[in-house]
Amino acid sequence: MSRKTLVATAALGLVWAAQANAQANELTLCWAAWDPANALVELSKDFEAQSGTKMNFEFVPWPNFADRMLNELNSGGQLCDLMIGDSQWIGGAAENGWYLKLNDFFDAEGISMDAFVPATVTGYSEWPKNTPNYWSLPAFGDVVGWTYRKDWFERPEIQAAFKEKTGRDLTPPATMAELKEVAEFFQGRDIDGKTVYGASIYTERGSEGITMGAMDVLYSFGFKYDNPDKPYEMEGFVNSEGSVAGLEFYKSLYDCCVAPGTSNTYMGEGIDAYKSGQVALQMNFAFTWPGFEVDPNVGGGKTGYLVNPAGPGGERFAQLGGQGISVVANTDNMDGALAYIKWFAQQDVQQKWWSMGGFSCLRAVVEDPAFATSQPYAQTFLDSMAIVKDFWAEPSYASLLQASQARFHDYVVAGNGTAKEALDGLIADWTEVFEDEGKL
Amino acid sequence: MANPIDIAAQATPPTIARKVRGLSDRAIAWIFVAPTIFLLLAINIFPLIWTIRLSFTNYAANKPNAEVKWVGLRNYERILTDEDIWSHMTTTAHFLIWTIFFQVLIGFTLAWLINRKFKGNDLLTTLIVLPMMLSPAVVGNFWTFLYQPQIGVVNYVVEFFTGIPAASFSMLGPGGLAPWSIVIVDTWMWTPFVMLICLAGLRSIPDYIYEAAEVDRASKWRQFWTITVPMVLPFLMLAVLFRGIENFKMFDMVNLLTGGGPGSETLLTSIDLKREAFEKWRTGYSSAYAIILFVTVFGLASIYVKALNKVKER
Repeated sequence: MSRKTLVATAALGLVWAAQANAQANELTLCWAAWDPANALVELSKDFEAQSGTKMNFEFVPWPNFADRMLNELNSGGQLCDLMIGDSQWIGGAAENGWYLKLNDFFDAEGISMDAFVPATVTGYSEWPKNTPNYWSLPAFGDVVGWTYRKDWFERPEIQAAFKEKTGRDLTPPATMAELKEVAEFFQGRDIDGKTVYGASIYTERGSEGITMGAMDVLYSFGFKYDNPDKPYEMEGFVNSEGSVAGLEFYKSLYDCCVAPGTSNTYMGEGIDAYKSGQVALQMNFAFTWPGFEVDPNVGGGKTGYLVNPAGPGGERFAQLGGQGISVVANTDNMDGALAYIKWFAQQDVQQKWWSMGGFSCLRAVVEDPAFATSQPYAQTFLDSMAIVKDFWAEPSYASLLQASQARFHDYVVAGNGTAKEALDGLIADWTEVFEDEGKL
Repeated sequence: MANPIDIAAQATPPTIARKVRGLSDRAIAWIFVAPTIFLLLAINIFPLIWTIRLSFTNYAANKPNAEVKWVGLRNYERILTDEDIWSHMTTTAHFLIWTIFFQVLIGFTLAWLINRKFKGNDLLTTLIVLPMMLSPAVVGNFWTFLYQPQIGVVNYVVEFFTGIPAASFSMLGPGGLAPWSIVIVDTWMWTPFVMLICLAGLRSIPDYIYEAAEVDRASKWRQFWTITVPMVLPFLMLAVLFRGIENFKMFDMVNLLTGGGPGSETLLTSIDLKREAFEKWRTGYSSAYAIILFVTVFGLASIYVKALNKVKER
């Protein structure tokens, strides 16, 4: 080997070694592109400073998040070392080996799942559900709730008009019936020279929007996914009388009280409608609430926060959102990824996370006496997290979700058929999926 | 001055020249064609054969460790007996037929009008073809705004001409307008393409044919039907073929405009196939779905091309 070749080979080796070393000191965290992700970037600077690990972030807008990231996981890609994936992915991620099982790590590091809000542990970490098999650390608690224009509700002339129309005082709705009554009252009303509308609800067709919205209402009307005593038996549960009434209610809310042209709206459109003063009530995930508090149009005390109103029987549930943070099984920086999770689980980090707009799931944070008054929406968040239910988290959740998207949109928005037909059809679709999975 | 070919021949290294000299013309031709054939096999033929194979299995790409079972014709049977899929086929046919109808009608009319000498002809042609230069994603997004009942211009134009309140109807929402709304957007975007092809056809007709017709005192109407239409027809048919194939696989623009909704009113087969393959991960099933669509479009295109050749032979 000539001297020149030797020098060149050594240089190449050095470059390769430097690159490998750099990769070993880098982590890429994948999540949705939204406000909490920006807060996490800021929070993670503390981790970078403490560990010397450089954090990279891959954020994808919500409508494409599942598509993009599930493709990434499925293809065995190495883009992400850490994944803050949606709660419904957990079954597929566990069974397909996409995420690292964290039990041993939690035991070794003394991280106890008892330290986290139980609903978030079940929703974000466990698979199979209600078993102590953990695939993620609860990272961001979220739940569907409602915001309302408190400033409008407090105006004497609006209160008088409402009393005249309904015979009762204008108060934040506590039941679904009251919610619809309030929405009907505001629909088409002139406020400050502008026509406003009753409510913004989820109607999006492409990803998961209308399912999240409809389910948020259906639970409180008695909807259950299956027989609690006989898993996957859906007849009489999915299409129970209560479920039918719930779906009819959601359609009636869509028909009476949304702004024109809102046949395909989800979180972003809801935020826009609310901030622009278009609607009196807004259904949306809790992650949107910190943004409203600082908004010049609806912030500064103009917004009130509501736990999902109760159904006709007094039952009250809410659709779970939020995610856990997981280690991608084929990461080439396993130690770094686990170190991040260990760091993130610390109480002071979680406390800071909450102060920056991240909805911590750590009980020590949310059960702190000062928590409920720390933000105007803190108590509503706590109350909502206590009544959550989640969509199927089965490995085949995407098929189950697409079926409900089609059935709900077809009935609620397109106005085809009846609620009973939609739910009967949904059982047929879900049965086919479970048969394919060998679970029926 | 030396011939460039001689120079190139002299520049060829003697070893290569010796090797090539011993080969037949056919062998040399194969050497040149081989890379292309290899790429064609690797990129087109192999995936097609692989897809056909997968279509007879229950394979799911998101479960690489799961047992892959041979299911015979079960996937095909399920697809062909699924009422929802036939409904999506009908939606696709509606989209295909009406977009082609309007694009041909308007495209040919525009070409006929623009095929005259007048001031600003070139500028007008450029302006007309602008929509087809845009990305379908951009078109989908901005037409979503144009169709917005409260701020979109479309509803206000309708209100201006008909008196129907702008906020009382939604072009992309319930009420049966959505399937027509996507036809309008595709027609707006791709009519210029049909126009350009028709324009090429019109400009290929020699003037002396019209002059001979004038001498024979043929009316303009008769000239149009006996000269213009027959001579432009092969071009028009070619445009229909291109647009037909393109619209059969339409995805991006419609997905952005409606996401297949309301309900499934605008759920084209390509959108449905994408959801089956990459959201539900039913790879075997969606392979069968893709093969059925491929056979449909290939069969229709083959029949059409034969008809096109007959027209050209006339």
